[in-house]
Amino acid sequence: MEKTINLTLKVWRQANATAKGAFESYEVKNISTDSSFLEMLDILNEQLINENKEPVAFDHDCREGICGMCSLYVNGRPHGPDDEVTTCQLHMRKFKDGETITIEPWRSAGFPVIKDLIVNRNAFDSIIAAGGYVSVGTGGVPDGNAMPIPKVDADEAMDAASCIGCGACVAACKNGSAMLFVSAKVSQLALLPQGKVEAARRAKNMVAKMDELGFGNCTNTGACEVECPKGVSIANIARLNREYLKAKCLD
Amino acid sequence: MIKLDSKIPQGPLADKWTSYKNNQKLVNPANKRKLDVIVVGTGLAGASAAASLGEMGFNVKNFCIQDSPRRAHSIAAQGGINAAKNYPNDGDSVFRLFFDTIKGGDYRAREANVHRLAEVANSIIDQCVAQGVPFAREYGGSLDNRSFGGAQVSRTFYAKGQTGQQLLLGAYQALMRQVNEGTVKLYTRNELVEIVMVDGKARGIISRDLVTGKTERHFGHAVVLATGGYGNTFFLSTNAMGSNVSAAIKAYKKGAAFANPCYAQIHPTCIPVHGEFQSKLTLMSESLRNDGRIWVPKKKEDAEAIRAGKKKASDLSEDERDYYLERRYPAFGNLVPRDVASRAAKERCDAGFGVGATGLAVYLDFASAINRLGEDTIRARYGNLFQMYEKIVDDNPYKEPMMIYPAIHYTMGGVWVDYELQTSVKGLFCLGEANFSDHGANRLGASALMQGLADGYFVLPYTIQNYLADDISTPRMTGDEKEFIEAEKAVNDKLEKLLAIKGKRSVDSIHKELGLVMWDFVGMARNKAGLEGAIEKIAAIKKEFQTNVFIPGTNDGMNIELEKAARLEDFITMGELMARDALNREESCGGHFREEYQTEEGEALRQDDKFAYVAAWEYKGEDQAPELNKEELIFENVELKQRNYK
Ligand SMILES: Cc1cc2nc3c(=O)[nH]c(=O)nc-3n(C[C@H](O)[C@H](O)[C@H](O)COP(=O)(O)OP(=O)(O)OC[C@H]3O[C@@H](n4cnc5c(N)ncnc54)[C@H](O)[C@@H]3O)c2cc1C
Ligand code: SF4
Ligand code: FES
Repeated sequence: MEKTINLTLKVWRQANATAKGAFESYEVKNISTDSSFLEMLDILNEQLINENKEPVAFDHDCREGICGMCSLYVNGRPHGPDDEVTTCQLHMRKFKDGETITIEPWRSAGFPVIKDLIVNRNAFDSIIAAGGYVSVGTGGVPDGNAMPIPKVDADEAMDAASCIGCGACVAACKNGSAMLFVSAKVSQLALLPQGKVEAARRAKNMVAKMDELGFGNCTNTGACEVECPKGVSIANIARLNREYLKAKCLD
Repeated sequence: MIKLDSKIPQGPLADKWTSYKNNQKLVNPANKRKLDVIVVGTGLAGASAAASLGEMGFNVKNFCIQDSPRRAHSIAAQGGINAAKNYPNDGDSVFRLFFDTIKGGDYRAREANVHRLAEVANSIIDQCVAQGVPFAREYGGSLDNRSFGGAQVSRTFYAKGQTGQQLLLGAYQALMRQVNEGTVKLYTRNELVEIVMVDGKARGIISRDLVTGKTERHFGHAVVLATGGYGNTFFLSTNAMGSNVSAAIKAYKKGAAFANPCYAQIHPTCIPVHGEFQSKLTLMSESLRNDGRIWVPKKKEDAEAIRAGKKKASDLSEDERDYYLERRYPAFGNLVPRDVASRAAKERCDAGFGVGATGLAVYLDFASAINRLGEDTIRARYGNLFQMYEKIVDDNPYKEPMMIYPAIHYTMGGVWVDYELQTSVKGLFCLGEANFSDHGANRLGASALMQGLADGYFVLPYTIQNYLADDISTPRMTGDEKEFIEAEKAVNDKLEKLLAIKGKRSVDSIHKELGLVMWDFVGMARNKAGLEGAIEKIAAIKKEFQTNVFIPGTNDGMNIELEKAARLEDFITMGELMARDALNREESCGGHFREEYQTEEGEALRQDDKFAYVAAWEYKGEDQAPELNKEELIFENVELKQRNYK
């Protein structure tokens, strides 16, 4: 049977990057518990538009947990009160009738607010541009099966590669560190023979870029791993540190 | 009348591409630096093209509407990518991949393009491995393959259920390397809103910075569109919320023919619609049909009891179940092509055998696979898909079968392009799902990723040189030329006009209305009366939009409703075009099913003597009917047959 609930929403509203933001409260009624969190926000926005008001701006695209666009801080948790989900995969059955839900953007020095709940995450692209790739051009590469790769390594690389670049790890971290994100890419590529060649240099360049862009230091609190929607493990940070040390030794 | 010259090279099919490459014009390195190329889109097609062109030394400007190129809709592709490597030694070859793709497309694609696609497919796998894409592997360390619909060999490479993500990240990383080298400049949250024509050639674009709301003028010696498909015309589809048809419609309005708009693919395995607040539909990858068996109850009473919540799937014994795909198509079984599987599901549900609360669902059951292989193997193969299903539906698919129903997923039609991927507008190219070239009337699974990357890595980087070679002495324009200034002004005037309507309805509410008309009359089964009615209904929706939409806010700064409104205007144009094309095509083929044209067994009935052509529609002005141009399809290497998967 379909169940519906009524909610109060406390939503961060901020007109643009330089404006001063504040919370606003809204009521939404008869929300089906089968609807997703973002569908609930769609209903709120439809309501606001019908009242001739500006809808709440939030990022989203795929709505199935893979593009990394959605990025809400719900009741004090990045991606809200469920484990291993993105905001778009969060469903209203996780909430109780009459509850007040607080919705904020990611808050971190590395991710300035653009409008309402939308932040600027271009820093992640810059970090990848600093070295998050294998330096190979199009064409002239060996056959895909020329180099066997042990299944365990391929699987482990895949787990690290499943990072969606959402930034929840940064939002969860009291230091605003991007180490989990950086380590996921460094690990994936270091685990594969194709990426191993540049592994140390890659680690050094990506970490340097991360520091330059205002992300904090990692103090191993582990908060990132808990909130990561893709279960990226902090074991990757240890691997990053090893590669980083190698690079330092080579210097 | 547009002159449609497909520019297919002479010679035997298997030699055409080689001979093209041997004879085409090239641009030397010093001249490449002098040439600017605009690439719109950062999906598989756009990112691979931008990265490759950057590596070659062109100056590339690359645009996307998301905050990062990595978030293009391609990221969501789940199942895999085809190639004819024949690693499993099961009889695959370039010719077979070509043949399956032509047949799967119901003989409505160009032989030469499809053969080229099959030829370059193997290089894609090599390229991606070299980039560090973590494809699934066997214990011996070699690449693993699975099978997909419409093929009897295992030729699909995959990375868990996240193949599109991994391929896109590979292309994105290659792209970011070029950004770092300075050959590619990225413009994120920046939308193409007009194409600028100078002396009959595409010479640039007007874009809108979605954060500031300001328009910008960008020059390019050539413009490449890789902006994805138009599935969201239906509002509900498996496409990402931001997927849109606006760039293709701008091209159409500038004289690029739009080919086969009615060919839309309905994917058989999506999570059923659950309420009117629904914002999108979620795909359950076709790869699941490798191990899942599709069925409905044999008896109507059982189906009714299930709908009423009085019985569960697991209450029915084997002989109370109708595995209707295995029954109707013993040779291909659950792995028939998508169009066939979708129609078969609709047929059962319309006949009263559907399950789920609405009766618009069938089962996809893993019980026998779990018995045979164990839960761990199934988890390793599809774990993330099962988790995704459980989070949405709140039901454990390891215990109870999944419920699925068809949904709009992919569009085979698109901007008409010749063999060089150039549209009928000079200097304007189109890649990936946005063009029409390779899939005919139906796309086989795992072939879109293949096509996007083929276009971007291995086709366009060659063919665009043949065009640019004649342009090496064309100086860069500044963007202050009158064509740019006028185009920019027209864009801003139009946005102000939309804002000034100040009606009563939200953009989404009108878009949903359009979507329902599309689904009901231009969806899985179409007929003359329905299509004629749809064209009238769409005209009424257009009027409603133009007079009664309400867009809050202004053109200054970020305004998401304004972005959506501008895109909806183009979806309305697209919807009408789809209906007109479907009305014109008096046959059934692939994803286009006209109820008047079916065999006694309910299979699609083509009319090869009348419709073996590409329908390329030409824009004739606002509120004018578009003009139909035909490109005859010539088949020299395959024999046209009724597809048979029995
Ligand atoms: C859920 C799902 C699963 C799929 N699974 C598979 C699969 O397993 N195998 C397979 O082969 N295919 C699959 N497909 C199909 C395949 O993913 C797509 O066809 C393919 O990725 C399209 O790639 P593209 O590069 O053409 O466009 P897209 O990836 O859609 O990229 C479009 C780009 O254009 C940009 N853009 C659009 N409009 C504008 C504008 N006006 N201005 C600026 N930028 C713009 C966007 O920002 C984006 O960067 C799947 C599709 C879906 C929906
Ligand atoms: S590591 Fe996890 S939390 Fe951080 S960006 Fe990647 S997916 Fe998001
Ligand atoms: S919207 Fe794509 S991950 Fe949430």
